[in-house]
Amino acid sequence: MSDQGRAWIFGDNVSTDLIFPGRYVHLLSNMKELVQHTLEDARDDYATNVKQGDFVVAGDNFGMGSSREQAPVIIKLSGARAVLAKSFARIFFRNAINVGLAAIEVDTDGIKEGDSLSVDLQAGRLVDHTNGIERTFEPLPQIMTEILADGGLIEHIKKHGDFNL
Amino acid sequence: MPMTLVERILSEKVGESVRPGQLIMVPVDQVFAHDLSGPLAITQLKNLGFSGFKQPDKVRFFLDHASPTSTVSAANEHKTIREFADEYGVELIDVGEGICHQVVMERYARPGEIVIGGDSHTCMGGVLAALATGMGSTDVAVAMYLCRTWMRVPETMRFIISGELSKGVYAKDVMLHIIGQIGSGGATYRAMEFVGPTIDSWPVPIRATLPNMAVEAGGKCGLCPSDEQSKAYLESQGRPQDYKPLAGDIDAPCLFEMKVDASSLEPQVALPHNVDLSVGVTDAKLKNVRVHQVYLGTCTNGRIEDFRIAASVLKGQKVAKGTRLVATPASRSVYLEGLKEGVWETIITAGGLVNSPGCGACPGVQTGILGSGENCLSTMNRNFKGRMGNPEASIYLASPATCAASALTGIVTDPREVIK
Repeated sequence: MSDQGRAWIFGDNVSTDLIFPGRYVHLLSNMKELVQHTLEDARDDYATNVKQGDFVVAGDNFGMGSSREQAPVIIKLSGARAVLAKSFARIFFRNAINVGLAAIEVDTDGIKEGDSLSVDLQAGRLVDHTNGIERTFEPLPQIMTEILADGGLIEHIKKHGDFNL
Repeated sequence: MPMTLVERILSEKVGESVRPGQLIMVPVDQVFAHDLSGPLAITQLKNLGFSGFKQPDKVRFFLDHASPTSTVSAANEHKTIREFADEYGVELIDVGEGICHQVVMERYARPGEIVIGGDSHTCMGGVLAALATGMGSTDVAVAMYLCRTWMRVPETMRFIISGELSKGVYAKDVMLHIIGQIGSGGATYRAMEFVGPTIDSWPVPIRATLPNMAVEAGGKCGLCPSDEQSKAYLESQGRPQDYKPLAGDIDAPCLFEMKVDASSLEPQVALPHNVDLSVGVTDAKLKNVRVHQVYLGTCTNGRIEDFRIAASVLKGQKVAKGTRLVATPASRSVYLEGLKEGVWETIITAGGLVNSPGCGACPGVQTGILGSGENCLSTMNRNFKGRMGNPEASIYLASPATCAASALTGIVTDPREVIK
């Protein structure tokens, strides 16, 4: 898989109700079908057209609202490599890392729909290859980097027996 | 050293003085999940190789979102949770008991505790000066398993509320105003601390609306002091032993401070589809906005104090033709108290309907789902697109008084026009 992926542009305040609409709660035990509705109420072309390794790119306060963990789970299962946003709601941010989805706080202004992006998590660098934008971002706190590297919180706890803070 | 309330709670818990931004491990005093977050938490406990709880008395499961169930899948998830709770000897709060946050306030939360819940509105527990915060199912599962979790010590945003509310203005209006001022991401990662003479004068069930909605500004937690009001409330709940005084220092450095003159506010309404789009009820954007459904209830405003206000507006009146009025008490005790006081009779006589205790229409998974193109005016905390089950509908948020007044006219109505 190439390290580049296309940008899917979303706005500010994408709520967990837009990511995972409550009306699909009956699909909780059927993730394969649920993932077909990822971000459906924000834009209905995402779930059917997203490719493995693409990026969800948003403005401020991505993931606001409920604590439903299936929101980052289905974004991850949809194929997205990471969510890039100017800021995240805190429960979503924590959930994303816990389920192994990279959530990166970075200035997303200027990134356009379909731009080819790549991200270096360790170096804290985002490149938009289509229009030549380069951005740096603060790496995650150590504990979150470790949880992400271990493949999520469950794997992290199984490996260390506790939070490795 | 002066400390904000959240700094004091965390410092006492970890046995040393903490500062904002620090990452710490904290012991967890109570941890719960409900019927939407619980099944995944149980799966994750099993994935951890779980064989039993170290401290089962700290763990609870609530069945409140689908209460009672309306689908086979929800019924099977309830069954899974009941069997799990039974097998591992932890408390199950079954359908009909009420919304987790209301029941936690009534029965469990104590000043100074760390409470983790698998629901974003867990922050309501802060009304009793507990650091209560919502997390996802995996964090909840690990907190149940280890009885501890990691946290970033939040910066504090202090809200000093003074002044007497005008007629027709309530705690809900104050909070909608605050969120409108700071925005729906305005308190992200922060603790919102509510203090001042107005807070001092409010009983706990009135205060609860503020910390309940802290997450609507992005807050990690919302906190009120534990004081004489808390003492009176805990006594009324039959648990005076749970009281201890606890407060932040007013001179403690904080990130942000906002003074709110409550006496200057008019009733507020949040426009679709964001909580921070609050305007005064007299704003031109609300002129002749048709209301197809009014929903009274939720953890935000589903207490007896809220239904008393609604009933006083509805008494002897009739709900407008073409408008449905749905009321859902937040807990069994609210339901019983409402029965004694006759508030349900008032609502039903006015043409409304009363559902059994629980989350009701708010999460959009059961009774009270909206039709396409319909507007709902509700006392709930969140009006995101699709929240009540239909992305083609619109949700407006307001106080119980504004909701009740609007039920009578069928359009968004200033409660001051009908309150004597």
